[in-house]
Amino acid sequence: MSMTKDELLETLSNGLPGSEIQIEDLAGDGDHYAATIKSKKFIGLNKIQQHKLVYDALGEKMGYTLHALSIKTEILED
Amino acid sequence: MQKNTKEMITKEISSNDVHLFMKGTPLFPQCGFSSTVVQILTYLEAPFTSTNVLEDENVREGIKEFSNWPTIPQLYVKGELMGGCDIIKEMFESGELQKILKEKSIISK
Repeated sequence: MSMTKDELLETLSNGLPGSEIQIEDLAGDGDHYAATIKSKKFIGLNKIQQHKLVYDALGEKMGYTLHALSIKTEILED
Repeated sequence: MQKNTKEMITKEISSNDVHLFMKGTPLFPQCGFSSTVVQILTYLEAPFTSTNVLEDENVREGIKEFSNWPTIPQLYVKGELMGGCDIIKEMFESGELQKILKEKSIISK
């Protein structure tokens, strides 16, 4: 029920290619992270839709492998 | 998802203006994320109802499928999913949440 910061970064990068991703390890237990994701894919989407793209990138991992992920989405400017 | 679970969720979000699916209760939240949303709603003096998903495994899993949203808490306003903890917190900090709740006549100030 945990994943490393690198595994998380790789999963998000694969799911949201071309985005800028920053991950902060909140508790050092491999289970609580905060991710800030800047992507062009978020243009024209509301927050719910933006976060859904992030959850899609995580697939089954969210809620199972990973318990707590705080997500912040921003639009990536040119 | 069981039919009665879906019916229960539909009933809760359609008959309550602001409804929170959370872990624990507003008085005794059992998760930091749920607690944050309760604190924001309480601070804004927005009346809300809630469902403790820890009391029923069918609801705990059912709400994720219903909303197509993998985490709890989930805040519904006028039958629409507004967000989980991160979104609600961000909307509160930007003032957007207050604006929406005012527009929908849920809070007055």
